[in-house]
Amino acid sequence: MLDTRHPGHHLAQFNVGLLRAPLESPELADFVALLDPINALAEESPGFVWRLQTEEGDATSVRPYGDMVIVNLSVWESGRALWDFAYASRHLDVVRRRREWFERMAEPYLVLWWVGAGHVPTVAEAMHRLDLLRHEGPSPSAFTFRRFLPPSCGAFTGRASGGSARGSPRPAGTYPATGHRARPR
Amino acid sequence: MSEGDPGIEAVSVLHDPVRRALYRHVVAEGRDVSRNEAAAALGIQRSLAAFHLDKLAEAGLLDVAYRRLGERRGPGAGRPAKLYRRGSNEYHVSLPPRAYETAARLLAEAVEIAGADQELQEVARERGRELGRAAEGTSEGHGQHGERERLGEVLAQRGYEPRREGDLLRLRNCPFHVLAGTFPPLVCGMNLALLEGLLEGLETKSLAARMDPRPGWCCVVLSSKNSDN
Repeated sequence: MLDTRHPGHHLAQFNVGLLRAPLESPELADFVALLDPINALAEESPGFVWRLQTEEGDATSVRPYGDMVIVNLSVWESGRALWDFAYASRHLDVVRRRREWFERMAEPYLVLWWVGAGHVPTVAEAMHRLDLLRHEGPSPSAFTFRRFLPPSCGAFTGRASGGSARGSPRPAGTYPATGHRARPR
Repeated sequence: MSEGDPGIEAVSVLHDPVRRALYRHVVAEGRDVSRNEAAAALGIQRSLAAFHLDKLAEAGLLDVAYRRLGERRGPGAGRPAKLYRRGSNEYHVSLPPRAYETAARLLAEAVEIAGADQELQEVARERGRELGRAAEGTSEGHGQHGERERLGEVLAQRGYEPRREGDLLRLRNCPFHVLAGTFPPLVCGMNLALLEGLLEGLETKSLAARMDPRPGWCCVVLSSKNSDN
C-alpha cells in the first residue's frame, strides 16, 4: 500500500508539536541545532517534493496554533518516500527524542492526504485536514500511516487555493507565514 | 495447534539437515544466492541444492527472484538464474499457543498514547544492563578483541545477526520488525536504549550504539567510540 504510486497524486503531510519550552530556551537547543541538517536531509531524500519554509529556511515561525505549537508541512511523491525519510533515515533519531522537546498530545498530531501533483498545500488547508482527522477519524481525505489509504476514485485531491493548484511549487520564502489565528482549544 | 498451521509446516520443512544448512547459508549471505553458489558453499550437488532450495521456497521460508547473472544480454545470454533470499514472511511456533505479539501491540499503542517514550527507554536501558551483566558473568576473555567477540555473541543470541563492516558492527535483523514498523519512534528508541544498556552491562568500552537506520536492517549500528564512522 505504502509502495503504490498514484500517478498524478502526491502525498501531503502536516504535523504539529506542542513545545515543552520556548524554541530559544536551552531545553530546545539540540532540536534547533538539528533543524537545518534534517531539513537538508529531507530535501536530498528520494521522492521529496516540497516543504513549507520562510526566509529562515524552516517553518518554525509559522505558528497558526499559538506560540507554543510549531508545525511541519511537506509534500512527497509517495507514502514510501515519506516513510523512508521519517523512519528509515537520521530523522528517526530526532523523532526518537520527541519527548525531550514536545509534550504528549491527546489528539492526532499528524495527518496525511493526497494532493494533485503540482499542488502546493496551504497552512489553512493543512489545518482543515487535521481537523477532519480529529473530528471524523481516518478517511481518504485525512488519514495516518497506521490507516494508510489510497486516493479515493474521482474525489478531488487538492484544494484549489489562490490559483496555485497547478504549476511549480512556490519558491522558498513566499509562503504566507502569518494570518492564521490560533485555533481556540 | 490447528490443522495446516503455517508455523508448524515451515518448521517441519527445516527438519532435513541439508535443507537447514542451505537456509542458514542463504540467511547468512544476506543477499540473493544462486543454486551454484549454495551448492558450492555446502559442497553438495547442484541438483540436490536446487531441490532443497525449492522446498524452502515452497514453504515460504525463502523468496525467489530471477535475474541474468553476468554482463551478457540478448540471444545467447542464457536463461535468467533462479536466486534465493530469506523470505519476508514471519513464522511463529508456540506450544501451547501464546499471543505475545498481540499483547506487545496493545502495550505499544498504550505507551504511545500515554507519551511514555522516556519511561520505556529507561526500562529498556536498565534491562539491557542486566542482560549485559548476566552475559558478562558467564564469559571469559578480556581486552578490546575479547569484548567485541562477546558482544557479537550476545547480539547473535538475541537475533540481531551482527555483521562486521569495517570498524562498524551492523545488525542485519531487527528482532522487533513488525512492531518497529508500526511504532517506529517508540520501538526504535526502546531498541537503542536496550542496546546502550547492553553495552554498559557488558562493560564494552570501545563501542557505542547509535541510530543509523537503513530500510530492512536494525535501526542501530555499533561504532568505535574513538572514530566518527
